[in-house]
Amino acid sequence: MAEINSKIPKGPLTSKWTHYKDHQNLVNPSNKRKLDIIIVGTGLAGSAAAASLGEMGFNVKIFCYQDSPRRAHSIAAQGGINAAKNYPNDGDSIYRLFYDTIKGGDYRAREANVYRLAEVSNNIIDQCVAQGVPFAREYGGSLENRSFGGAQVSRTFFARGQTGQQLLLGSYGALSRQIKLGTVKLYDRHEMMDVVLIDGKARGIIARDLITGKLERHFGHAVVVATGGYGNVFYLSTNAMGSNTSAIWQIFKKGAYFANPCFTQIHPTCIPVHGDYQSKLTLMSESLRNDGRIWVPKKKEDAEAHRHGKLKANDIPEEDRDYFLERRYPAFGNLVPRDVASRAAKERCDAGFGVGPTGLAVFLDFRESIGRLGKHVIEERYGNLFQMYEKIVDENPYANPMMIYPAVHYTMGGTWVDYELQTTVTGLFAAGEANFSDHGANRLGASALMQGLADGYFVLPYTVQNYLAGEIRVARMSTDKAEFVEAEKVVQARLEKLMAIKGNKSVDHFHKELGKIMWEFVGMARNEAGLKSAIELIRKLRAEFWKDVKIPGIINELNVELEKANRVADFLELGELLAYDALNRNESCGGHFREEYQTEEGECKRNDEDYKYVAAWEYKSEGEFILHKEPLDYEEIEVKQRVYK
Amino acid sequence: MKLTLRIWRQRDAKSAGKFVTYSLDNISPNCSFLEMLDILNEQLIQKNEEPVVFDHDCREGICGMCSLYINGRPHGPDDAVTACQLHMRKFKDGDTIVIEPWRARPFPVIRDLMVDRSAFDKIIQEGGYISVNTGGAAEANNILAGKENSELAMDAAACIGCGACVAACKNASAMLFVSAKISQFALLPQGQIEAKQRVKKMVKMMDELGFGNCTNTYACEAECPKLISRSNIARMNREFICAKVI
Repeated sequence: MAEINSKIPKGPLTSKWTHYKDHQNLVNPSNKRKLDIIIVGTGLAGSAAAASLGEMGFNVKIFCYQDSPRRAHSIAAQGGINAAKNYPNDGDSIYRLFYDTIKGGDYRAREANVYRLAEVSNNIIDQCVAQGVPFAREYGGSLENRSFGGAQVSRTFFARGQTGQQLLLGSYGALSRQIKLGTVKLYDRHEMMDVVLIDGKARGIIARDLITGKLERHFGHAVVVATGGYGNVFYLSTNAMGSNTSAIWQIFKKGAYFANPCFTQIHPTCIPVHGDYQSKLTLMSESLRNDGRIWVPKKKEDAEAHRHGKLKANDIPEEDRDYFLERRYPAFGNLVPRDVASRAAKERCDAGFGVGPTGLAVFLDFRESIGRLGKHVIEERYGNLFQMYEKIVDENPYANPMMIYPAVHYTMGGTWVDYELQTTVTGLFAAGEANFSDHGANRLGASALMQGLADGYFVLPYTVQNYLAGEIRVARMSTDKAEFVEAEKVVQARLEKLMAIKGNKSVDHFHKELGKIMWEFVGMARNEAGLKSAIELIRKLRAEFWKDVKIPGIINELNVELEKANRVADFLELGELLAYDALNRNESCGGHFREEYQTEEGECKRNDEDYKYVAAWEYKSEGEFILHKEPLDYEEIEVKQRVYK
Repeated sequence: MKLTLRIWRQRDAKSAGKFVTYSLDNISPNCSFLEMLDILNEQLIQKNEEPVVFDHDCREGICGMCSLYINGRPHGPDDAVTACQLHMRKFKDGDTIVIEPWRARPFPVIRDLMVDRSAFDKIIQEGGYISVNTGGAAEANNILAGKENSELAMDAAACIGCGACVAACKNASAMLFVSAKISQFALLPQGQIEAKQRVKKMVKMMDELGFGNCTNTYACEAECPKLISRSNIARMNREFICAKVI
């Protein structure tokens, strides 16, 4: 089986990436035309990689399940993208962005990867501006910055509350240009069903045309999976309805290790759950914490009166408000990282100070900033978010404080990759949220967009080329090869098996049940007994699913329920691995909080001696996984307790 | 809430479609419109009927995938929202709600309420971008852009490509969509070099794909969930004329 070798280049941290680029293998233009690359996913990482590799002259095929590449869920990212430009002259640097990201990740990310990320962050801004991304500007015409959680500098570039949309439309434009030029071929409404390995190397995929229901075989000299995170294992999350784990789960079963699945991020500022029919949770950007102050009532009776609709937030006097983040973390205040803010909100609600009908909400209040800056400034900065809040909640957030509660948002874990973003399967790469590489145990705000574009524009074009330089003698293969035929057969058999169940309960029923188990036992706070029972419950639910799921329609045509069933079947396996990993990690760090391991003040208590490693899991058989450890060596940074006080 | 739904059911682009009536009870006013359809589909599945097919994904009003024509209006009765952000509190108990797909020749029906909008991608492929390769871009602050025009460019760039403008227009014109992209680049210094080529190619493709012309009813602007302004169409016309004449 594959060995763990992170392939980090030798030499000082600051010159590793330069050294890599100086010494990597290249492919000459006439050979590039003969090499095919498959990319799955059209979010920031996938579309940026496809556009860049197409520009270089490779033949690219790109796949997405949506009707257009522009709809990938990167589009929903609101707040911004970090870069170490230091335009505000507030002391930022590549080193500081690197340091904040490692610290923000609670010392569970790889130094070399994170340094490279910080290094290319500035190129990303240059690239996006050249593409015409309408970033916010100062009156003099230069770019504007704002602050985000986990940093004391303003390094976040933004396009109102739609930064993800604008960056994605930039890379979608670049991708569209290559589609027109013929270097990239687009397969929309297609879902990757499996990866095809030939002689131990990734050589293609089996995809399902979601409109005709037909399975297709596609060859590639290399395969890149950029299919996003697995937050929908919790059913309710800020992810899109179609976001799924299937691509990274299928490659896991084919030998690509899965790293740190228990590192999941609960975002502190989401609109609270309001009913059991609810299908998703809506995020309110972290940028709101720049001007909004988070609080709950100081008195339990006030909180209770609010829950019963007898007291309005604005009627609670200043002295009876507990700005708990400012109280607990005076240095960072409302801008503490997400994991810290989420846990603090949960702590107050658990203690009986939560507000709103369910008692599972805290206030996010703009009264002071509206008074200080004027309503028009707040409107200019966050207008679309305020509108979104009002449409969903039916309350005016300019007049009354917002009510928010943490929700599942992002997954730091994912496919294990080395420095080249290559998985443990040769020729198979993973990029963006789909891989585990840069955020450790907790991701800082405005860093996901940075990582997606770094991987797509500035890492994969080098590392994939380096790999393909060794493949120039490999001719395009026929998809009639036995390996393709066999892989298609296995996919077909699984779909037939699903259709043959003809049970009584819908796919959504199982997905919701899984979500309840995950949120209850594997959510914001975890403990040994809870995780063990989660594993039992998931196994039972999985067995029930394969006996009792009901899928109408037939295989060989458009069948939305079958698509969902296929994804939920994978979530039902991933959920178990997630709990397994959380159980293995006997420490608290970042988004992974084990109740048994906390300081007296309720902060994370890491165990560096035993757990300063990446947990890379190998698939053995259903419900059986083998742990491989990649030790994390910190040469530049002194590992210490994360303090935001 | 108790509701009667009249929903367009159509096997595929070639089959004829028809309205089918369904009843729903116990719908919470806080439920979103798509969650209401989820509840309907759950009931249909339990009755061994095929669920209603409709496009949706992010359910937070930004991906542009949802595309329902509700009671004669794209995205329904509320202003400035997509169907996924429309909530049932905008309807009354006992209402009959008519749900149709986008109706425009360049957007053929795939099934029920799902249509094919790849025509929009084809228009963008003609020039809805700035031709710049990855790497080698100049330092970002070397390109200065005035705040006022940047804000206008952002207003235009906020388009989510849902196609409500086409569905709303009696001519099935795509001019609001196309002009939003043209405007974004026309308003920024980066967009100037290719401006003429861009507008000519995109308009040509728009025409070839069968989208109609603009006859200034502004239904597109009225129904746009992102409040894209019709002044973008004027700007596109100006760009187009300049490109042809000058």
